[in-house]
Amino acid sequence: MGMTAAPPAPRARGAAAAALWQLGVVAAAAALVLLLARNAAQNMASRNITFGFDFLSHPAGFDIPFHLLGWQLTDSYGWALVVCAVNSLLAAVMSIALASALGLLLALMRLSGNPLAGGTARGIVELVRNTPQLLQIIFVYYVFLAALPPPRQSLVLGVGFFLNVRGLLIPTPALPGLMWLGGAVLVLLSVLGRMARRAERPAGAWLAPGLLLVWLAAGLALAEWDVPRLQGFNFTGGMRLPPELIALWLGISVYTSAFISESIRAAILAIPHGQTEAAYSIGLSRGRTMSLVILPQALRLLVPPLTSQYLNIIKSTTLGAAIGYPDVLQIFGRTVLNQSGRAVEVMALIMALFLAINLPTSALMNAWNRRLMQQGR
Amino acid sequence: MGTARARALLAGLFGSWTRAALTLAMLGLFALVLPPFLHWALLDATWDGLSRKACSPDGACWAFIRARLPLFFYGHFPPAERWRVDLALALLLAVAVPTLFARHRQGVWMLLLLLGVPVLGLVLLLGGVFGLAPVGVGDWGGLMLNVALSFAVLVFALPLGVLLAFGRRSTLPILRWGSTGFIEIWRGVPLLGVLFMGLVMLPMFLPDGMNVGTLVRAIVVLSLFESAYLAEVVRGGLQSVPQGQAEAAMALGMHHAKAQLLVVLPQALRVSIPGIINIVVDLFKDTTLVSIVGLAELMGVVNQSLKDQAWLGLAREGYVFAALVFFIACLALSLTGQVLERRFGAARRR
Repeated sequence: MGMTAAPPAPRARGAAAAALWQLGVVAAAAALVLLLARNAAQNMASRNITFGFDFLSHPAGFDIPFHLLGWQLTDSYGWALVVCAVNSLLAAVMSIALASALGLLLALMRLSGNPLAGGTARGIVELVRNTPQLLQIIFVYYVFLAALPPPRQSLVLGVGFFLNVRGLLIPTPALPGLMWLGGAVLVLLSVLGRMARRAERPAGAWLAPGLLLVWLAAGLALAEWDVPRLQGFNFTGGMRLPPELIALWLGISVYTSAFISESIRAAILAIPHGQTEAAYSIGLSRGRTMSLVILPQALRLLVPPLTSQYLNIIKSTTLGAAIGYPDVLQIFGRTVLNQSGRAVEVMALIMALFLAINLPTSALMNAWNRRLMQQGR
Repeated sequence: MGTARARALLAGLFGSWTRAALTLAMLGLFALVLPPFLHWALLDATWDGLSRKACSPDGACWAFIRARLPLFFYGHFPPAERWRVDLALALLLAVAVPTLFARHRQGVWMLLLLLGVPVLGLVLLLGGVFGLAPVGVGDWGGLMLNVALSFAVLVFALPLGVLLAFGRRSTLPILRWGSTGFIEIWRGVPLLGVLFMGLVMLPMFLPDGMNVGTLVRAIVVLSLFESAYLAEVVRGGLQSVPQGQAEAAMALGMHHAKAQLLVVLPQALRVSIPGIINIVVDLFKDTTLVSIVGLAELMGVVNQSLKDQAWLGLAREGYVFAALVFFIACLALSLTGQVLERRFGAARRR
């Protein structure tokens, strides 16, 4: 499958014919583009629409109901794009984490050798894969979350976590600035550590991630936690994740986990059984065979399908527009577009945003795939 | 034989401590989830009634689904003309099954599916000719719209996808770059964004005075979108055909294009069919997105029905029913794909 060799050009067809063909295609494409552009220009002229991105600096004047970054009515359209892009990114990061965990759980259930667990996992995967993702998101939103209790009877999910019909309340840490700086340094170190590992120095490679864990633990212990508290009819403190975000998060995660579990299973099953037998014959235990022999090889096979699932998650966050989560499509593609009337510019910006994430990743994946093929597996 | 299988099953369930623990955990989970669900869905459910008041508060109100069933399947298609929808669906199935399973003349069936069925289907659904009463596109809705939309998109996207697949494999650099760029761009953007774009921007690119409805706009952008995914599947199929096939055809005196069209493409499409079916399953599920841009497909009709005063508060029933319909349709399609995949696998081994 990896061979990209195109069929050889027949002897009879010369370079002239090839050039002529391409010229024809280019001419046809150019004619089409010109025609469309002419129509667009005429239509825009007749409706008095001008083209330009200057509107990005105009004040927006609308509210964004949920935002991680600061937002005021007087902020510009350009800042609105940044704010809702961060909202989309938050949904994507949360979904990637949960979908991976659920996918791994389902894959382990199927590989456990226990027919009851395997059958259940298979049933869940088939059910999830064969129903629309939008339906799952809407189901969570209108059926599960609408049935939650009001704030005063919130479900308590561990210390400081409350779930009610208005969303999920979580405690937020207020970290000293020095801690953030230290964290950034450690992330840098762990990247260097990975390079060190490639240079066959495993000791250095484990140091930075270890320090990172210590930093995380210290940070969590030392941070001043802002815990949500019930005051009157509502909560104060902490952070409120709105039900739209929860529905989008759960909906995307459950849907994608079914596909991820199949990828994980396929990658593990693709490792020849001889590898397991060889590992046993040199005296490795079952667990060590899995962690030292099977998983490292399976992970390599898993990278391309997993990446494409993660890209799907990023694209799926736009479904938030169906339930009113303030993501890029909802805020920029709806509110800003309707308010400013700049359809072409708004749509171009949204598409460019997704292409900026997807095209480089897809190119990287193709390169990675080629490398895998060259290594023979 | 029987005892050996029973022993294997027992070993799987209780063969080790971890397996036994897992079995018990699963049984506990079932005991927790299944009884309340069965009570709600079957035992305490109400099947007959004229409004929500007739339903028991403990169980599902399936009377709502029964009352709205024609709406969910046909939308606002005039009741007297609904036989035309049934006939169109029967026609589609009657041609689609041999297209997938016929051992001979598969290509003829495929041409019939991609050319004959759309024309006849359009005549049946739109009417206005041969004495059929005209039906507006605005009256199309429910599951019928999901099926019609998926099929229409497939009819446009498959030929375009085949062209793009050849383009991406071409030795001519401009063709190759153009096709690759087209494919990667459409695969890089979210479908809902594409639908929004089609809705807002398509009219802008049309000549002045020419206007197309929401359904046509959705078909255009969905076709472009799906063609990129189909192109990748067909490209995989083209790669699986040994180069000797094209070389042998040309050695017999066939022109390059003829060899590709008559020798390589049929073999490639045969191998691609399971992949194409997977894309059709995704496409069918994704047709629910058009409800966000205002088309009344099954999800859209369910959403509308939930606002009905006589049946308020029945979101659970409505969405469970919609999920069930999609599950049955998609599972049937997926299983068909798996059967075909196995058949090609067997053919290749032979």
